[in-house]
Amino acid sequence: MISGAEIMVKCLEKEGVKLLFGYPGAVICPFFDKLGETDIKAVLVRQEQNAAHAASGYARALSTVGVCVATSGPGALNMITGIATAYMDSIPLIAITGQVKSDLLGRDVFQEADITGACESFVKHSYLVKNTAELPKVFKEAFHIASTGRPGPVLIDVPVDVQTGEVESFEYPEKVNIISYKPSVQGHPMQIKRALEMISESKKPVICAGGGVLTSGAKPKFREFIERTGIPVVSTMMGIGIMPSDDPQYVGMLGSHGRKAANITVHNADLVILCGARVGDRAVASPDQVVEHANVIHIDIDPAEIGKNMKTSIPIVGDMRNVLGQLLKEINYTTPDEWKQQVAEWKREYEPVPQIFDGYVEPKSFIAELSGMVHSKAIMCADVGQNQIWCANNCRLRDGRFFTSGGMGTMGYSVPAAVGAKLARPSRDVIAVCGDGSFQMSMNELATIAVEKLNVKIIVMRNTTLGMVHELQDKFYGSRYEVTEIHDVPDFVKLAQSYGIDSACASSNEEALKYAREMLKSDKPFVLVCNVNPKTTSV
Amino acid sequence: MKYTLSVLVENHPGVLSKVSGLFSRRAFNIDSLAVGITEDPNISRITIVADGDEYVVEQLEKQLNKIIPVIKVRTLSPGTFISRELSLIKVSCPAKQRLDIMKIAELMDAKIVDVSINTMTLQFADTLERFETLTDLLRPYGIREIVRTGTVAIEKDSALRK
Repeated sequence: MISGAEIMVKCLEKEGVKLLFGYPGAVICPFFDKLGETDIKAVLVRQEQNAAHAASGYARALSTVGVCVATSGPGALNMITGIATAYMDSIPLIAITGQVKSDLLGRDVFQEADITGACESFVKHSYLVKNTAELPKVFKEAFHIASTGRPGPVLIDVPVDVQTGEVESFEYPEKVNIISYKPSVQGHPMQIKRALEMISESKKPVICAGGGVLTSGAKPKFREFIERTGIPVVSTMMGIGIMPSDDPQYVGMLGSHGRKAANITVHNADLVILCGARVGDRAVASPDQVVEHANVIHIDIDPAEIGKNMKTSIPIVGDMRNVLGQLLKEINYTTPDEWKQQVAEWKREYEPVPQIFDGYVEPKSFIAELSGMVHSKAIMCADVGQNQIWCANNCRLRDGRFFTSGGMGTMGYSVPAAVGAKLARPSRDVIAVCGDGSFQMSMNELATIAVEKLNVKIIVMRNTTLGMVHELQDKFYGSRYEVTEIHDVPDFVKLAQSYGIDSACASSNEEALKYAREMLKSDKPFVLVCNVNPKTTSV
Repeated sequence: MKYTLSVLVENHPGVLSKVSGLFSRRAFNIDSLAVGITEDPNISRITIVADGDEYVVEQLEKQLNKIIPVIKVRTLSPGTFISRELSLIKVSCPAKQRLDIMKIAELMDAKIVDVSINTMTLQFADTLERFETLTDLLRPYGIREIVRTGTVAIEKDSALRK
């Protein structure tokens, strides 16, 4: 006989899971108990939301499925924001939650919450497992759904009696057969043909690269495509890292907080090719204006994204890697020199200017220099707020990655994501950049970093305010700083030290760079606090 | 404009809540939703009548398709399907008006399923237009209660052959 908990663990082994993030509780104990008998490492985070964020960082760093586990009720509920964050950014996660005994479901017993109901709109799919025998099929399907098509989180809610219940034997299904789930992977040949014609007629094309290019592993094909055609590239926040930051063909991030040159390029183009980008409002604030003067080719694996926010001339549904492969087979196009020169001119003209204040670190130039000092494959995790925009626009990425909560904008993402990324890629530099607001939303993870001895470097941009909202209040609310002053507490250096983590505070770029050089030499975690003038703006 | 969508789903618990949750989440307006098992006991059909423009119905179709247990979504084009709604209508009916109401029922092809001293209950299965005609005719007598199932629809083979 074999128990449900053992089956769950065996399913994870079959799926090649090496590591998961979790926080135990009474009704998930049978699972953790059996997990202890395997080689799968369980990392204890300090709050369940961070289990999901860490699993997200891990999943992104390894292009695999991240796994996070929590108990019923509050444990599961805490995880929701992490799950929703992954959903918005199309990160494949398996979230496993314990649930109260199935015969008590619906009776409001201790730590009972309808987590499948609560997560309905934030998951790609969810299961409430009613009997032990279903577990192998559920796990097989869940991993398949999470990782294929447009990836996303899948929730598996397992009542404790399903974990302790026993069945005769364990057999993991070889194949998945869900009649209603068959994501299309190849672009329709007719649409490919039409797209090639439209490209060939364009005088001023631009490519907008989004997270889908990275998710599908299409970066090499994408590079080949843009090198062959010479089409200028802008990216969304999720698409940062597809292009090296200093590539002359790359104009920068577009959008309300992006580079001006990138927006001007899009607004002057006669053809916009959207690659795995969902035209979020922060990326393109007025899509109707763009389509007035430009044709739009939209390539995405999720048909529901095409035409949702922007009218599309040619929709291509398919996996980015395949579609780019199909286009590459026949493409014979060179971007006119005048357009390339024009774009380059805009790029030069609208270089961002650092805002220097004496006695403070200038965050934009510091991030640019810091990101130039790290390993070329470094993973930068940006939090949410001004720090996110400073990073997005100024990070000098070469072959590295940029992780952030792009869609949901969840404060507190960077530190747990960095934990996940470091565990996934121990040999790479992993840097988390946050503000003093966002850091305080997940600084409890310093404990995880200390206990797991993770060489994660954390930069805290400390301007004693909730900077992004502060800036908004400056612009639209007559500088009435309602509820955005967070003052100079706590002393982050002492706080880090209390976890046994080295830390220092800098008040100029020279000082910050000096500490940065030292911290990068060491193989220990470090918290570098940078005093930033609250007047420094995000763009 | 009104659109009728015919949605085949896996007959699992929870599927209906996934489908209905979509409407509030994506701010779609629906007039009615009817669900029942099909000829295959593993599959249910949900018939949705929604209000909106082309953009809304395209989005609705695409978002429904994203729900994993949704097997197939079809927006039925006008004139190619038969739609019916079952309704039960309770009308005030003192003895002296019984004959009037019986005449209306006969005229409209409604069935009288219950009679009491003061009321009469009609069963009616027809199109939305005819339902409105019937209720218009009954209103002067005093409609006490209406129970409706929501529209169900089936495609006409005769229309498909054309």
